[in-house]
Amino acid sequence: MKITELVQQLNLSVRSTAGDLDREVTGGYASDLLSDVLANGEPGNLWVTLQIHQNIVAVASMKDLAGIILVNGREPEQDTIEKAEAENIAIMVTELSTFELVGRLYGLGITGTK
Amino acid sequence: MTADSKISKVQELVYEIRVGDVMKENVITVGPQSKMSELGKILREKRISGTPVVDRGKLMGIISIDDFVRWLVERHDDCPVARVMTKNVRTLYADEQIVHAVNKFDQLGFGRFAVIDRRDDKLLGIITKGDIVEGLLKKLEIDYYNEQSNRSSIQHFFDDVLADRAALFFQYSVAGKDFNRAGESSSRLKSTLQRLGLAPQIVRRVAIATYEAEMNLIIYTEGGEIRVRVEPHKILVRVEDSGPGIPDVKKALQPGYSTAPEWVRELGFGAGMGLQNIHNCASKMGLRSVVGKGTRLIINISTDDEVASENN
Repeated sequence: MKITELVQQLNLSVRSTAGDLDREVTGGYASDLLSDVLANGEPGNLWVTLQIHQNIVAVASMKDLAGIILVNGREPEQDTIEKAEAENIAIMVTELSTFELVGRLYGLGITGTK
Repeated sequence: MTADSKISKVQELVYEIRVGDVMKENVITVGPQSKMSELGKILREKRISGTPVVDRGKLMGIISIDDFVRWLVERHDDCPVARVMTKNVRTLYADEQIVHAVNKFDQLGFGRFAVIDRRDDKLLGIITKGDIVEGLLKKLEIDYYNEQSNRSSIQHFFDDVLADRAALFFQYSVAGKDFNRAGESSSRLKSTLQRLGLAPQIVRRVAIATYEAEMNLIIYTEGGEIRVRVEPHKILVRVEDSGPGIPDVKKALQPGYSTAPEWVRELGFGAGMGLQNIHNCASKMGLRSVVGKGTRLIINISTDDEVASENN
């Protein structure tokens, strides 16, 4: 499934459009520990987190992730958006909690890859 | 590249490319109420051998030059296209894989298919065998180019150097406690290695290991230096700082062990997984530390060991 389709189905708000929104999502990973994502995220994964500072972009870029979804209505810091635009990373936000969002993603066929 | 691997590449592509990727859009169409005489003019002027018949975006049928000739021979009045066209047209969906299209061309022997949207049956384009071949060739060319540019650069560069041993050297200075610039050095290193044309898995391993080391410099030290040496078959990353040093290196290497303060953890750092991550990316890793003097971390990544790279 493509990011654009998920944005529509889950009513996500897009905060950085620089990334490739037509990219096919390979699966998902949910974690708030950056090292954990570095260790276990897979290329093309969608990352669900509540971290909003600019280092999430660096992590997503390192692991070639498809995009980041911020939960609980948390808004990315301005630096984060700027960096995401520069690094071509898609960032979306949702009012849902991690648990609720992951459940819905799973229902749409986005599963874990490990 | 052998002939066998080329064939499997095409086989892979017919599953990868979709009908919508190679079809021709902006198709010339006629309406069902268009007159046959108008159709004749369109076919002649546009030099096409057939056209879809479309009513409010929806595909109603296809009319070809054969249908036109048949109408000419029988020569009734100048009737609407709808009466002569072929109805119940076989179509392809834009999101179907090319392999399905190839099979349908084979089975039905048609020269072209109308391509429609799966959701609302609206006409999106036309696809011919030629479009498929063209699409495959284009994709092959792009892939081949990428492969070439990946292979060539750094290996050729080293091949061209006349020396018993050659290496490229990069150095990055990292300031301690500067979270706003955290990850900058490893990002720059990553771009550099990509531009040199190193294999993506190798770049990823070096970038992740360096990122974790850079974060350690930022979280725990007053800053330090990252020195990277790129040789034909290995990359050596040396990370050094001048204190405070690690009291118990053995403990620091245990996954989950961390001395990071709470505010750092709240940012998602300091989970005690950094050195473990570095270890997983490295072919060899060495950590030495003297309290009050500093720490030196050596990360050795061999570009030859594919086993480790598959895990990252």
